[in-house]
Amino acid sequence: MAITTETISQPGALPAGAMQRESWGEWSDRHSRTFFIAPAVTLILVFAIFPTFYSIVFALSRVKFSPNGLVFRFVWFDNFKTQFNGNEQAHFLGRLNSISIFGYVFSAILIAAVLWWYFRALMKSSVVGNIGRLISAAAALGLGLLFAATLLSGNQWGTLLNTLFYVFAGCSIQFVIGTALAFLCSQPIWGKSFFRVIFFIPLMITPLGIGYAWKMILDVTKGPFKPFWEFIGLGGWAWSSDAWAARWFVILGDSWQWIPFIFIVMLAALENVSKDQVEAAQVDGASSVQIFKDITWPQVVPVAATVILIRMIEAFKIVDLPNIMLGGGPGIATESMTLHSVFLWRANNMGDSAAVAYLLLILTVVVCSSFFNYVVLNQLRKAHA
Amino acid sequence: MSQANFKFEKSDRSLMERLFEPPAPGKMSFTGNLVAYALLLFWSAFVLFPIYWVIITSFKDAKIVNEGPYYIPFYDFQPTLDGWRALTIDPDCGPYAFVHQIGVNLYNAFAYLVSPLVTIDRMQPAICKVLLAYQNSLIISIFATALCMIVGSMAAYALARVAYAPKFGNIVMFVILALGSILTSTYAGVHWALATVAALALFFLLARSLGRFFKSTLGNNDILFWIISQRILPPIVVVIPIYMMFQAVGLVDSHLALILVYAVANLPIVVWLMYDFFRSLPIELEESAQLDGATRFGIFWDIVLPLTRPGFAATTLLTLILNWNEYLFAVFLSTAKAQTMPIMIQAKNAGERGTLWWEMSAIIVVMIIPVILMAIFLQRFIAKGVLLGAVKG
Repeated sequence: MAITTETISQPGALPAGAMQRESWGEWSDRHSRTFFIAPAVTLILVFAIFPTFYSIVFALSRVKFSPNGLVFRFVWFDNFKTQFNGNEQAHFLGRLNSISIFGYVFSAILIAAVLWWYFRALMKSSVVGNIGRLISAAAALGLGLLFAATLLSGNQWGTLLNTLFYVFAGCSIQFVIGTALAFLCSQPIWGKSFFRVIFFIPLMITPLGIGYAWKMILDVTKGPFKPFWEFIGLGGWAWSSDAWAARWFVILGDSWQWIPFIFIVMLAALENVSKDQVEAAQVDGASSVQIFKDITWPQVVPVAATVILIRMIEAFKIVDLPNIMLGGGPGIATESMTLHSVFLWRANNMGDSAAVAYLLLILTVVVCSSFFNYVVLNQLRKAHA
Repeated sequence: MSQANFKFEKSDRSLMERLFEPPAPGKMSFTGNLVAYALLLFWSAFVLFPIYWVIITSFKDAKIVNEGPYYIPFYDFQPTLDGWRALTIDPDCGPYAFVHQIGVNLYNAFAYLVSPLVTIDRMQPAICKVLLAYQNSLIISIFATALCMIVGSMAAYALARVAYAPKFGNIVMFVILALGSILTSTYAGVHWALATVAALALFFLLARSLGRFFKSTLGNNDILFWIISQRILPPIVVVIPIYMMFQAVGLVDSHLALILVYAVANLPIVVWLMYDFFRSLPIELEESAQLDGATRFGIFWDIVLPLTRPGFAATTLLTLILNWNEYLFAVFLSTAKAQTMPIMIQAKNAGERGTLWWEMSAIIVVMIIPVILMAIFLQRFIAKGVLLGAVKG
């Protein structure tokens, strides 16, 4: 039990019943438990919770400007319908023209897999657990079907799948490279601290600077790799007009910045692995692959799962790199959901802007809490078992 | 069983295994070293090259940039100061203007301090855009970091040491009243200030009276989770309402607005990291101080904070860097007077002459110098694994 100020009386305090006006210091100390936490809670209530509620009002209204300020007209879920089934559909979801044979095969496999995953543990888990699994399953199904209907059918996809592409492709690349570098730096080699400082730097640099730096470097006509581009016959090629090249270049810039984050955390985790076990295994003649697989990896997996979760949460917010490097273009190819919402706001379309923002919030919460429940908690449980 | 372990010989192993076999435990083989250094050096080049390129581009001019790539100053091109001169080409941007602006700021600060007694007209600061943005960025990130660290570490300390039990019913009531005030002020045309005050008064009244009947409470872990989970909230969700709120009180494009918003955005990180440092401290020290009659604030300020100095410093630097680089809130909330560096850089790009790479590079160099210095300083704490504790969960 933690100590509270009320439970301890001052030595030499006045006998009970003696009236004395308490000083300001005593009064503030008596209420210190409130004063310690009140500023943080107030700030969060005013600048995070209240705006989140207020945002619902925007998302459910058609907002008009008038001389007296904004006029809200309640329209139920019209703004959300616009995104899914109205004139913003191509922008948000993508073009859903015709579904190809790959799309149908993928959908069938996906439906089977999700159903199997859901019903496998239906009886074993609690009601809340089942509701959570239902939401995760529905989200996986919806996003997977959207994937089948856009990319696998040769149609352009929208900002929703762009954001997910940045999150999943970016996080996996960053995690693999970051962990590999951390593993190299945790080996007994000379000059570790030098590499550590160097590898750490990109994390600190402003995303704007990174965007411009990569824009300069990847420039085909003036950039440093001009001879290389010409050598492979791409001298006149503009990567900024090719949707996939543009997306991968955004991932390149993003990875350049965020690999250091994975690197420092994984390095600290790898250095915490007990040296005795590793050396004992070496004496027993285990190969380095075996040592990594059976001794090192199980000890760092909980940290790895957590660091991916943190990275995912931040990756959903990506806006500056696509905006600086390409302005969301070519077309809408690199536009993330945040950028989509910013553009709608610039067009004075506040209702749709808030609806997209809210959909991003829902997407982030569903994906991150699914990942937390089914991956991170599992790994933590295994580590503590 | 034990014989099986010693059975295999060198010839049983593949070429790969023999190449990478360590000569002794705790050492690496020659080939292993070679591969590791090749990869590490390659990655160092990958990390450093963009920074190098930005720095040398800032010493180029239009002709050198457009004629094609030149890589090494003095060897294949003659460095010029065009990019840097462009930063100071504004008559307000020379060294004299710099000193002058510091003087104007000191004068304005003095005028503000004595304003309750005497009214002195403020002086208009010079309009050197780069300098103004730099100054704004410095003021905003330093004050936001200070606010965030004070508020966040106090909350983290309290959560680590004092048991809180907010009543579930009160929280539900608060949410209903907040929604009520929002709905009446948007759809029914009630003034927002009136709705807020009424809702707050009603909440305190009801919490005092009805609060006694609520039984189920939440614990410290719930509060901690609630604060940390605010980081999941994408800033775009809250930025439009925040813009409206600041517009209602006339604070759009002011330092205060950005300071408050930045502080809240980073509060979850500070609480999360500091909570872990505070929890790992032994409680006996604080108990004995309390028996000696120290107040809670005294204990926190004189005993607890000095003990967590490395963690506190690391968290401060991290928050400072995040604030320095913040982009989305600044796009919405700073237009001219409180424009920060990222927004200024972006505005520079949209000029009518196209992107002037050499100017842009010079500004980026100016912007990343303090950050790289901080990175090298922060590295000391990172090497100690100061930030690992929280991630381990």
